[in-house]
Amino acid sequence: MNGPARHSRVVSSAEWLQVIGSIGKSRVFGSIGRSRVLDSVRSSRRTTPSPEIAASAILPVLAVFAVFVVLAVVCLTTGCARSSGPDVLRFWAMGREGEVVTELIRDFEAENPDIRVDVQQLPWSAAHEKLLTAFVGRSTPDLAQLGNTWVSEFAAMRALQPLPPRLAVSASTASASTASASGATALDSTGFFRGIWRTNVIDNVCYGIPWYVDTRVLFYRKDILAAAGYDSIPASWDDWRTAMQAIRRRGGPDRYAIFLPINEWLAPVVLGLQAGSPLLADDATRGAFRGAEFRRAFDFLLGLYRDGLAPPVSNNEIANMYQEFARGYFAMHITGPWNLGEFRRRLPPELQDAWGTAPLPGPVPGVPGVSTAGGSSLVLFRESKHQEAAWRLVTYLSRPDVQLRFFELTGDLPARTEAWADPRLTADRNLAAFGRQLQNVTPTPKIPEWELIATRVQERVELAVRGAVLPDSALALLDRDAEQILAKRRWMMEKNRTRAVITERP
Amino acid sequence: MTPAASRQQSRAAWVFVGPALALIAILFFLPVLAGLLLALTDFDIYAIGSTSNARFVGLRNFQQVLHDPDFLTALRNTLYYVIVGGPLSVLTSLGAALLLNARMVRLRGLFRTIYFAPVVTTLVAVAIVWRYLYHPKYGLLNYVMGWIGIAPIDWLGNPHWAMPAIILLSIWKNFGYNMLIFVAGLQAISQDLYEAAGIDGAGAWKRFVHVTLPGLAPTFLFVSVTTMIGFFQLFAEPYIMTQGGPLKSTTTLVLLMYQEGFRWWRMGIASTLAVVLLLATLVGTLLQLRLQRGRAQ
Repeated sequence: MNGPARHSRVVSSAEWLQVIGSIGKSRVFGSIGRSRVLDSVRSSRRTTPSPEIAASAILPVLAVFAVFVVLAVVCLTTGCARSSGPDVLRFWAMGREGEVVTELIRDFEAENPDIRVDVQQLPWSAAHEKLLTAFVGRSTPDLAQLGNTWVSEFAAMRALQPLPPRLAVSASTASASTASASGATALDSTGFFRGIWRTNVIDNVCYGIPWYVDTRVLFYRKDILAAAGYDSIPASWDDWRTAMQAIRRRGGPDRYAIFLPINEWLAPVVLGLQAGSPLLADDATRGAFRGAEFRRAFDFLLGLYRDGLAPPVSNNEIANMYQEFARGYFAMHITGPWNLGEFRRRLPPELQDAWGTAPLPGPVPGVPGVSTAGGSSLVLFRESKHQEAAWRLVTYLSRPDVQLRFFELTGDLPARTEAWADPRLTADRNLAAFGRQLQNVTPTPKIPEWELIATRVQERVELAVRGAVLPDSALALLDRDAEQILAKRRWMMEKNRTRAVITERP
Repeated sequence: MTPAASRQQSRAAWVFVGPALALIAILFFLPVLAGLLLALTDFDIYAIGSTSNARFVGLRNFQQVLHDPDFLTALRNTLYYVIVGGPLSVLTSLGAALLLNARMVRLRGLFRTIYFAPVVTTLVAVAIVWRYLYHPKYGLLNYVMGWIGIAPIDWLGNPHWAMPAIILLSIWKNFGYNMLIFVAGLQAISQDLYEAAGIDGAGAWKRFVHVTLPGLAPTFLFVSVTTMIGFFQLFAEPYIMTQGGPLKSTTTLVLLMYQEGFRWWRMGIASTLAVVLLLATLVGTLLQLRLQRGRAQ
């Protein structure tokens, strides 16, 4: 299939297959192939015996039937052989990335004339569902962008292709020598942020290559902090807290130190990770929320609300976060890279020098605090018939120069550490905090159930903040939730262990 | 007719009915059966990968669902919507139908079309407009209420007001359909009865209570049963407007089912919810039939 490009002008069976496929697909994936559907409608018109029949509204069924008949005939006469055109890769990308990546693809196609890439955009809100439906319907693309917290789930379903064995080594021990075997196309973990890379490694097998990265840092008002007597964000929890108290003392009744929305799981989870909690215990089959580490983070967090340093509100109750930040309703907020642009755009000009970013403080003085390991990875699907070509695209998109262009187009942070040395990134002071934070990121538990457990964490923390349950019982409830949610996982692991024991027996 | 001919005729009948029956079996009974079976398993994301990862769990899903506070919240919200929104919706339809049927109304066709328009409008488009109407700061609704001195309400952000806001939207969206049915029902009532009642000295109210309402009884039964069934399945409005929030105050059974099924991919639990919803709707319908039939006789 990697042969040179030879376009056959005869309507090939593969093209017909695409038309039929797009009719079926359009039903499931309404937003992907609207233009493809129009095309297919047009082509089906062309094949119907007479225009009157095609035009009449009562016989669309016949028209489709006619297409099938023609298809069957074409199939029989050509043996349904694949056409010998270029490899067409189906690449699913989400949201803004999906719009922009086509620009990079053009250069890729110029470099690789034997490969054509069909980029299909999914809206983020529907992406997960569509990927799962595609897997069930056995119509997964060749490669896709995947939020890196989804990797475990798709790996558990065995939808993803394990990446070449040279990548299966754990992040710290990957050696350049094994990777160099396949020359320029080799990728290995050393060029990537360690914590981010680890999100793609499930049970020592690597399923994805980080495409862009994402983590959360502290956005803060320098002027308010300075007025409280601090010239930078303190690095340890205790000093951070003291600084927040100083801010709170100087502010009025409606001016808080930090905004941590109670309808998000971010704060409790990040603080828990910082305190060293594994979040889940026993091979991620039980909750570890009553453990001393999470308990410490939980107490710290509840203290912020109890002492009035953080307002106990959800982000729905804040009509416009940027206005409130400008107004001084809160002086700090933990959020992600997309807000760099938003703050620049939405804060009034006189405040532009008054805000900054800083890596998150940590519980132990002298040790930087960790944050989440977010972002998207590029994955190959097991069902794909174009593994080699897809891998070439992944390698291309991971090249530092391409990553930099992608950064310029989207503002998404490059996954390759090499790209971070470029002046385009080093010039921005606020970006530097992200660069430093990315050295200290930890993945959340890599199991499909994690998202549901995270929602429960948020719900239980909200109950405790609102005073509906005592802290102890909130944590007990949380462990019970996790216990229940992970029941299936425990059974699965038990089953696999038993099977392993049976197969080990001579 | 000879037995042979009748056999032949019945065979012909089966041939004609066969395709329809086959379609109903494939498109309706099989999925329902599959749903019932799924409710007895713990089919989930692992089972999508390999069906050997699904287990038969008997009625454990039902036990789990009935003890789940989220389910109880969703059930409460759904009942709130059905019990408050259902009658309001039917009454609005009846009112509109009476207005349209009044003798002095001109341009009946125009009004009928206008009232019916929301029914055929896409909900997504409607929801965008209504989100503006409900906006706490710039919304028309709060603006108008400001004239008579009512403080602004955060319609979709306040747990107490979100469900009333959803009810208001869905009444506006749906009343036109029932209105048409009521209009048809009204036109079927003979004018003679009104004339006779008028001669007997009945005023407008008496005529309405003793002629119109009894005459509409069969229509009423149909409308209230179908409305209730439809209202039990509330999904799109909260899905688009609030995603079930704030504080789960607009999470309905179907929305919960959707989340369990397509967000967490716990198909077993989602199917269990579907069965529970079916039972709830059945009980509601039987109750209505019993009540109304009693009154009609």
